[in-house]
Amino acid sequence: MPFLSALTDRGRRIEAHRLWPRIVVDVATWRQAIVGLAAGEATLLGLWCDGEAVHMGLIAGAKILVISLPVPKRRYPSVGLSHAPALRLERMIRDLYGLEPEGLPDVRPWIDHGRWGISQPLGARRPPPATGSAYPFLEAEGPPLHQIPVGPVHAGIIEPGHFRFTANGETVVRLEERLGYVHKGIEGLMAGAPPERAARLAGRVSGDSTVAYAIAFAQAMEAALEIKVPRRAIWLRALMAELERLANHFGDIGAICNDASFSLMHAHCGALRERVLRASEACFGHRLMMDRVVPGGTAVDLEFDATAVIRKLIDTVRRSFPELIELYDETASLQDRTVGTGFLHSALARQYGAGGYIGRASGRSFDARRTPGYAPYDELKFEIPVRKEGDVDARIWIRIREVEQSLALIEQIINRLPEGSIRSELDPAGKAKGNCEGLSLVEGFRGDILAWVRVDNDGILAHAHLRDPSWFQWPLLEAAIEGNIVADFPLCNKSFNCSYSGHDL
Amino acid sequence: MLAELAQTLDRTARRKLGRSLSIREVDAGSCNGCELEIHALSNVFYDLERFGLRFVASPRHADVLLVTGPVTHNMREALERTYRATPDPKWVVAVGDCALDGGIFAGGYACVGGVSEVIPVDLHVPGCPPSPTALLQGLIALVEQSTHPRE
Repeated sequence: MPFLSALTDRGRRIEAHRLWPRIVVDVATWRQAIVGLAAGEATLLGLWCDGEAVHMGLIAGAKILVISLPVPKRRYPSVGLSHAPALRLERMIRDLYGLEPEGLPDVRPWIDHGRWGISQPLGARRPPPATGSAYPFLEAEGPPLHQIPVGPVHAGIIEPGHFRFTANGETVVRLEERLGYVHKGIEGLMAGAPPERAARLAGRVSGDSTVAYAIAFAQAMEAALEIKVPRRAIWLRALMAELERLANHFGDIGAICNDASFSLMHAHCGALRERVLRASEACFGHRLMMDRVVPGGTAVDLEFDATAVIRKLIDTVRRSFPELIELYDETASLQDRTVGTGFLHSALARQYGAGGYIGRASGRSFDARRTPGYAPYDELKFEIPVRKEGDVDARIWIRIREVEQSLALIEQIINRLPEGSIRSELDPAGKAKGNCEGLSLVEGFRGDILAWVRVDNDGILAHAHLRDPSWFQWPLLEAAIEGNIVADFPLCNKSFNCSYSGHDL
Repeated sequence: MLAELAQTLDRTARRKLGRSLSIREVDAGSCNGCELEIHALSNVFYDLERFGLRFVASPRHADVLLVTGPVTHNMREALERTYRATPDPKWVVAVGDCALDGGIFAGGYACVGGVSEVIPVDLHVPGCPPSPTALLQGLIALVEQSTHPRE
């Protein structure tokens, strides 16, 4: 029997959890799930806590299952002990809720830097430990080794985080990340928030993915409350999502090349990105399209001449982008920097369930638009580009191919955009549907975003968890940089382009 | 609109700064939305450098700190140290709705609030995020109002 089906039979099914099943299990079944994860029978989608139970999201093939272990004694068997991708998630749960993962091999705090004036802010709310101590970085020893500390304030206009390099001459022996600097306490702020405010918060978990996050949150809410979203709204959401993907991929392609000192590409891609943002503003009234997707539908419809604006954008990109691809492909000095640099092994990408261009450049073809899939992508034609090389070059090529796919998707969407309303009432009968839960998995430009919500008896959002794709990508950057020269780190880092804010939450 | 702004900024920057103002950006807790638009100032449409305004890699080279985000407790010290590392005279511009008072993130255990709770602020540019045009307008206002930067 397939792994997830076997697990499903061993737990108590929660009826009001949609669209995929959630089961409450005992410790033995929890352990069985960990063994399955470690054996690669399923991929970890997320690990989160609601105060009462710890939840593990699993995916195998197109099947998704959430298993939940109640934690009355505030302890549970560590997943990270046998399955490393769960490590940082468990450290976060420990910091925020005070749950003790039994056997957790790394008990250093992760998000909690000892500066909140409180510890376990979403759990027992205890006073912080009396004395702060320096974060003990992992050691690398030997006479020629030296350390390079970088951040949290970086040299460029980017988000804050700390990187601790240990180098042997020019070669990186070990990179260790220290994150959590932009932790804003979003999970705590969302609990109890009205849906409109919660949606605004979801759209600000990671600003570059505001559309994808807003869709993920909306889909989770709509699944929980069993809201049928108008067809036009679903298609408009996809239009926004593909515009967002285009803008980010242009930004990334240019920025990666810029980190190899090839600023010409940066200038051209920056112009294309700006054109996408201007078209987005013309169509939806906001350059990044913040707050345009809301639970129940979309907040705005297309401006009347919007399809003309989009057709012009597609035309401009189709005329100028091929030349840029050629420029990238034929500039030997640039290829010299990107080819073979920052290699990520396919086994690691698979083990971590690395999403987006990072997974797809290392042979993992996963794309949430296809698996499990959601509307309107089931009605649209698109390909999922995959490469096996796993280097910076492959991550650029995946983006290039995805730009082409997004253009084709946008074209299909505006050609076939359904007419009709754009928004359903969240609570049509005037009486909130109580005690229900929703889960969604949405493909942002950097990978799959998981959203989980619980709506309580009075129709209030009791809990929301949003898992950024970066959780399963940041650790892989540490692996990819090993053996590269320090000077290639910006290149590797930009080719990953993990989110700090999305991760720190 | 952009051309007009550009002219004004060019004139003022020339007069008051002799075509040289160095800006250090600090994300003190932002969602990264503001960073994207600050980045856009350097693209060929806005091309901030033509006015002599440029982004620098170290606060030690900066005249202006451009600070975004609700300041998180975890970033507070880094922001204070960046401010101290910036030589006098200096200006601080708080960018975005969160930078004013914490915005939508205010009130939790994790955020201090607006930038002015941590370091003195000379100008606030509102918006979520402010567009590159709004940022340009803000920088003009800063250059125009401040003949005497903070000592």
